[in-house]
Amino acid sequence: MEIFQVEHARKWMKATNERIQEKKQELTELDQAIGDGDHGINMARGFREVMTKLDGETYQHVADVMKDVAMTLMSKVGGAAGPLYGTAFLKLSMAFKGQDVDYPLFTKGMEDAVAGVKQRGKSEVGEKTLVDVWSAVLEKLQENDHFDGSLMLDTAKAAMENTKETMATKGRAAYLKERSIGHLDPGSVSSFYLFESLAGVIREGV
Amino acid sequence: MKKIVNDPERVVQDMIQGLVTAHPGSVKQLPDTTVITRKDAPVSGKVGLVSGGGSGHEPAHAGYVGKGMLDAAVAGEVFTSPTPDQVLEAIKAVDSGAGVLLIIKNYTGDVMNFEMAAEMAEAEGIQVEKVVVNDDVAVEDSSFTSGRRGIAGTVFVHKIAGAMAEKGGSLQEVKAVAEKVIRNVRSMGVATSPCTVPAAGKPSFELADDEMEVGIGIHGEPGIERKKVATADEIAGELTDKIFTDLDFANSDVAVMINGLGATPEMELYIVNGKVQAILADQGMNVYKTFVGEFMTSLEMAGCSVTLLKLDNQLKELLDAPSTAPAFYS
Repeated sequence: MEIFQVEHARKWMKATNERIQEKKQELTELDQAIGDGDHGINMARGFREVMTKLDGETYQHVADVMKDVAMTLMSKVGGAAGPLYGTAFLKLSMAFKGQDVDYPLFTKGMEDAVAGVKQRGKSEVGEKTLVDVWSAVLEKLQENDHFDGSLMLDTAKAAMENTKETMATKGRAAYLKERSIGHLDPGSVSSFYLFESLAGVIREGV
Repeated sequence: MKKIVNDPERVVQDMIQGLVTAHPGSVKQLPDTTVITRKDAPVSGKVGLVSGGGSGHEPAHAGYVGKGMLDAAVAGEVFTSPTPDQVLEAIKAVDSGAGVLLIIKNYTGDVMNFEMAAEMAEAEGIQVEKVVVNDDVAVEDSSFTSGRRGIAGTVFVHKIAGAMAEKGGSLQEVKAVAEKVIRNVRSMGVATSPCTVPAAGKPSFELADDEMEVGIGIHGEPGIERKKVATADEIAGELTDKIFTDLDFANSDVAVMINGLGATPEMELYIVNGKVQAILADQGMNVYKTFVGEFMTSLEMAGCSVTLLKLDNQLKELLDAPSTAPAFYS
């Protein structure tokens, strides 16, 4: 893949939605363990609405797809995940605006997205939040010079699994302190499904 | 799961419809939103008060909409913060030009969604201020974490800030008195059985017949300690001890709230209250006013929380001011 196109963005969202619907129960159960038990329900509702929105529109630019994803997630997900995922996609949309999304621009968009999520959640790497997965993926994008699906998949997976042994200091799980150790962070798991889906689109190439 | 609902995905919409038809004289729903406002909103010249959060805490927050309390409450999905677009609609509906105060319970999602709405409202030229309630002493307050949670003490913030706005206080004055309440209110709760989010279909946690969870949150999130269930007197003692460790109430005038979490008989709440009153008297505190009932629930969770608010003359006067809110008629 040289240029990330509208068609890729659509496939990315479609694959993500399928994974989230499939894993709705798992995400909710993870959240019941250390949070408030709504993550799977909220993400499933949000991505179902994303698909409804995208299926009814035609797009010229990837930026426009990202903007609709952002606005839909922000108004349909709620909780902490809504503003965080909404902000991430809004930053991607702003970075991509009106341009073809080549590798350097995609990386730039991810830099803005990660910065936006950190600012919105007042969070940094290592606090057992979805920032851990997004930052790890960004770091590999920055080190590399071309789209690499396998690298993205492995990176996201390792970062997601790593949240299990981390103590939460941000988000609802932070109230549990040491008791949050031993549980995966639900937001990191949903972010893993997002990047797993993106990695699949990249590997397919199209 | 056994619940009196039609469709687990529609509980919030169905509840709102029932709520506004129960109180047609005082509240209304903004069309196509989950926002409930005073029927007469926006009130000319008055600072608007907006609160809200996930549903499942009834009568919070819509029950506190009325003259002398909130101008609008925004209902999210069950235990899920409402989205920024909904909060923005509430802000726009209650702003009369005097500005709007957002009363937010301290949860990551609530803070983020309300902050985004505040930014959007400011971009539209509306003056917005916000306060964040964090009365739950079960959770450690630290600048490195999300900090303490907001629970039943929030109702006192609604009442007192609402009275201040009603008597014509400016946005800064209303915010200042809300912050004064937040500085002086502390709560802690205990649960004896869990609750089930309708769309999840399963309880959020499990407790054995002889167990209780101390320091429980109002979303079924785990508390700080699980132990053998204690007597009402022991529970009253443990909750008040933890509150006194956090804030010195010695020789103060206090308001007391014994709050049921959803499935606790009033009988048990009064039993807890009896002991709490004895403890307060013993420690030389003067109880100015007591509230026993359901104010900030957690669906059908069984258990209770104890809230203490330290009062000065200003707070007493505002606490006593009239309110027409369905869940806080005074």
